[in-house]
Amino acid sequence: MRTFDYVRVENTSAAISEAAKPETRFLAGGTTLLDLMKLNVERPAHLVDITRLPGLDTIEVSTDVIRIGALAKMSKVAAHADIMDAAPVLSESLWRAASAQLRNMASIGGNLMQRTRCTYFRDPGAYPNCNKRNPGSGCAALEGINRNHAVLGISDACIAIYPGDFAVSLVAFDGTVLVRGKVERRIPIDEFYLLPRQTPNLEHQLSPGEMIVGIEIPRVAALKRSHYLKVRDRASYEFAAASAAVGIEFEADGKTVRDVRIALGGVATKPWRLRAVEEALKGKPIDEATLRTAAATAVDGAKSSGHNAFKIELTPKVVARALMTVGDIA
Amino acid sequence: MSAARQLSLEINGTRRDLNLDIRTTLLDALREHVDLPGTKKGCDHGQCGACTVHVDGERVLSCLTLAAQVEGRPVTTIEGLQTADGVLHAVQTAFIEHDAFQCGYCTPGQIMSAVACIREGHTGSDDQIREYMSGNLCRCGAYPHIVAAVRDASSSLKEAAL
Repeated sequence: MRTFDYVRVENTSAAISEAAKPETRFLAGGTTLLDLMKLNVERPAHLVDITRLPGLDTIEVSTDVIRIGALAKMSKVAAHADIMDAAPVLSESLWRAASAQLRNMASIGGNLMQRTRCTYFRDPGAYPNCNKRNPGSGCAALEGINRNHAVLGISDACIAIYPGDFAVSLVAFDGTVLVRGKVERRIPIDEFYLLPRQTPNLEHQLSPGEMIVGIEIPRVAALKRSHYLKVRDRASYEFAAASAAVGIEFEADGKTVRDVRIALGGVATKPWRLRAVEEALKGKPIDEATLRTAAATAVDGAKSSGHNAFKIELTPKVVARALMTVGDIA
Repeated sequence: MSAARQLSLEINGTRRDLNLDIRTTLLDALREHVDLPGTKKGCDHGQCGACTVHVDGERVLSCLTLAAQVEGRPVTTIEGLQTADGVLHAVQTAFIEHDAFQCGYCTPGQIMSAVACIREGHTGSDDQIREYMSGNLCRCGAYPHIVAAVRDASSSLKEAAL
């Protein structure tokens, strides 16, 4: 591991001014960062420990919005009674991720900054060619073992999957990332993550010196009737083979869709909102057949790289099953 | 070479003043610098749970925690679980009674995780125990006995609290 300077800051202004130095990383839970530093993927010269910043770990559920501080731990948000009641999808996408130990460490802000689990990205010694680590060097995954690589949002430069769960829920429900740097700004979560295109080294909208201070999720009716379905190779403590964050609101008749939200995890290069599928379902009464027909278009534009074709077959089933769960269709 | 840093840690109720390379993880600090090798190094990448300890009373992975990060935050390891006069914790006793290990390498992490799991209230059913103990891998496959030990320790601790 490259050596580094370590500084623990007491307030946000100090954190932001420390982060203006080149090659700086904020250190919160450390569950991604320290792991990648041991692998020589991350090589910061300065670490700014933000875990003791006051006032950034609050969880607030008001009538129209949910606000979560960037330093709130995944475990605390997942187990928060008001979150569980008002937004089951948020709680589920958190407790179905990682392990109890990791969730006690990992912060909500750090969770959004989690990096891909692409095995080639994580192994610079064996695979110098990675466009994400080393722009222009090529992509070892394209011709490699790519069973767990993306089928949506890919480019010929990168097929690395976005690995997280929580951001998938945020994308389904129009979350906003609250950022502080020289100025304060609000970034819609769907714009926060970038497609790889020809620059997979650029993953998000944050500039150096900017810090995530929290997130906001508007409370819509579909959030109350929401669910996170995560299908994986083992029952727990595993990344998604395919996942869906969904929510539904019915008209007074209890079967016509007024609002529906769907986003995918485990299959795309960023959290993947399915707006076309949502539009196809709105205003219609639903049953299993309607849902399966609409869900079939979830993988429009998907492309296999060899070993990951199963994700294209699996994804519509995951979408349909998740919607059947929230729609109370047996 | 990295500059050393003076750190004061509180481990199992004892203050330890250490001079450590800033890169030192809590796991390496425990094993290599304060003679507490009970906490095990498995994968060293946060994937196996063998290095589980408690910080501020909550279970975390010591391999992905810098020693510098826990200054002023009490750390408990497997060595700190028994009472001062050497009586084993109920979870330790249950692991022995249920033969909840084979090679024993994952056991300190399993036990530290189980103590926290019970405290969190995540032992309501065998399925819940499996879900909330899933961060601790056992390559020998002692899982059925581990679940039995956690279930048993959970009910004996509940009875003791009544």
